Amino acid sequence: MELLEEFARGDAEAFEALFRQFQGEVYGWIVRIVRDPGAAEDLTVETFWRVYRARSRFDPRRGFGPWARRIATNLALDHLSTRRNETSLEDGFQPPCSPPDPALAADVREKVAAAFTRLPVKLRAAATLAMIEETPYGEIADALGISIGTVKSRVFRAVRLLRGDLQRMGVEP
Amino acid sequence: MNPSDERVPDLLKRALGPVADAGLKRDLWPRMRARLDRPAIRLPWWDWALAAAVLLCLILFPAAIPAVLYQF
Repeated sequence: MELLEEFARGDAEAFEALFRQFQGEVYGWIVRIVRDPGAAEDLTVETFWRVYRARSRFDPRRGFGPWARRIATNLALDHLSTRRNETSLEDGFQPPCSPPDPALAADVREKVAAAFTRLPVKLRAAATLAMIEETPYGEIADALGISIGTVKSRVFRAVRLLRGDLQRMGVEP
Repeated sequence: MNPSDERVPDLLKRALGPVADAGLKRDLWPRMRARLDRPAIRLPWWDWALAAAVLLCLILFPAAIPAVLYQF
C-alpha cells in the first residue's frame, strides 16, 4: 500500500518497483488478446507509459493490477482495430503463438482464422479470452470494464457471426 | 443455442489454439526507461497560432465546417 501511495505521489523508484512487479502480468494479458509477442512488448511499455502519466489519478485503494490491466486492454483493442485496417486477412495470426490441432485440415484452419479476424474487435477480444484462452468471465468483464452479462452476450454474438461466416465459406462447424 | 453454435468454440480452439507461452522473455525496464527519458514533443508557437486561426475561422464562418470535415 505504501508503494502504491508513493507511486501516486510521483515517486520514480516506486514506479520502477511496480513496473518490475507487474510487467510480466501485463504482458501476459496483452499477448493473449493480440497474439503477437512483439506487439505485446510494445503495448506493455505503452501501457506503463500511460500508467505513469495518469499516476495522479490513481487510487491506491483500488489496486494497481486491475487498473493497469484495464489500460492494457484498451490499448490492445486499439491495436487490433489498427491492425485490422492495415493488414490483410491472411496476416491475422502470428504462428508462434498458436499451435493448432494438426488433425484439423489446413484450409479449415485458415478459414477459421480468416473468419475470426473479420469479427468486430470487441467481439473478437471477448471470444479470444473466453473461448480460446478460457479466461473466467469475471476477469474478462473487469478488464473490459463491462458486466459479465455483456461478456456473455459478446461471446454469443461472436459465435453466431463465426458460424454464419464459416458456413458461407463451406465450413460446417 | 443452435447445436452447430456449440461446436464453434471447439473448432476455434483447435484451429487457433491458446497462446503457447505468455511469459515475458526479457526485462522491459530499459525500454521503459528510454521512453521516460524521451523529451516530450513540443509544438512550435506558429503551429498553435495556425490552429487558433483555423478555429477562429470556423467560429466566424460556421458554414465552412462541412467543407473542413469533408477533407477528413
